[in-house]
Amino acid sequence: MKTIETNTLEPVNTDFEVRSLDAMCINESELKHPWWYNFKYAAMGMIFGIILIKSEVVSWFRIQEMFRLESFHMYGVIGSAVVTGIISVWLIKRFKVKTIYGEPILLPTKKFNKGQIFGGLIFGLGWAITGACPGPLFAQIGTGLTIVFVTLFSAIAGTWVYGLIRERLPH
Amino acid sequence: MNILQQPWPWYVAGPLIGLTVPVLLLLGNKAFGISSSLRHICAACLPASIPFFSYDWKKEIWNLFFVAGIFGGAALAWFVFHHQPGAVDPRLVADLQHYGINSHSSFIPKEVFSWKELLTPRGAIMTIGGGFLVGFGTRYAGGCTSGHSIMGLSNLQWPSLVATICFMVGGFIMANLILPFILNL
Repeated sequence: MKTIETNTLEPVNTDFEVRSLDAMCINESELKHPWWYNFKYAAMGMIFGIILIKSEVVSWFRIQEMFRLESFHMYGVIGSAVVTGIISVWLIKRFKVKTIYGEPILLPTKKFNKGQIFGGLIFGLGWAITGACPGPLFAQIGTGLTIVFVTLFSAIAGTWVYGLIRERLPH
Repeated sequence: MNILQQPWPWYVAGPLIGLTVPVLLLLGNKAFGISSSLRHICAACLPASIPFFSYDWKKEIWNLFFVAGIFGGAALAWFVFHHQPGAVDPRLVADLQHYGINSHSSFIPKEVFSWKELLTPRGAIMTIGGGFLVGFGTRYAGGCTSGHSIMGLSNLQWPSLVATICFMVGGFIMANLILPFILNL
């Protein structure tokens, strides 16, 4: 109740509204932790990076095989990942599982807008060219492919340009 | 030590990728998603008073720790575990030969993506142009393969299914209809 009272006195905080625009991963129920608590996400990222390499989803060749229907591998990886995710999320909801700090788990919902169609198509075109979605870009650089810094920088530029002309795009 | 060098089959790798969703939720209510890191980098480095980048990116700093970890984990798998890339489908190998692509020893064809090729029309379109489409498209769509196809679908969000279908449609169009022309440049 305290937050409702203070909100009327303080300037409206729109930070969360801006951050949650066009984003799946936003978090607000953050407990105040020292910054080095974030190292657990770096550790998780490392494990994820190893899996990205071992599954070869970072391979331009695997991506071409997927879009040319020459291999089942990528469909198997994404399909079994989604099934695992669906079961996990269902279990979390069913048993009201809490985080390791005892916070209730909040699941983001996604509103539909035309960006998911237009942006999705644009990303698909780019994915088949570079053979990498954003995660694999970081992983490819990790394998010593320094040229991918250019691809990553270009992707950051693409994100920036989107932010610049966002208001003028159909959503 | 074979397990560290050889590619993992889909039924091992896929469920492990899927488990990232509950682990990040349990570690601190973090929804899995990687393309947002590109946005946080924009917000941190060059917000330029653009409303879309005017937010407290430090609140999402976990995302940048996560992608730094991806970089480190990939380096570990490549340089320490000595990952050996799996064989490429013979049909793709034969097709790529027509475009002068014969190296399959790393994750990207060096005949296209390398510092030497960067200023050729083919290299520039694919490295710079491709990267731009990835960054622009993922943000316009509100997520990438991780945020929409894994996290969104895990939580049964139908807009994420729409996005995923569009990713695939775009990819099929590019790989089969447009890429042959680009590779011929």
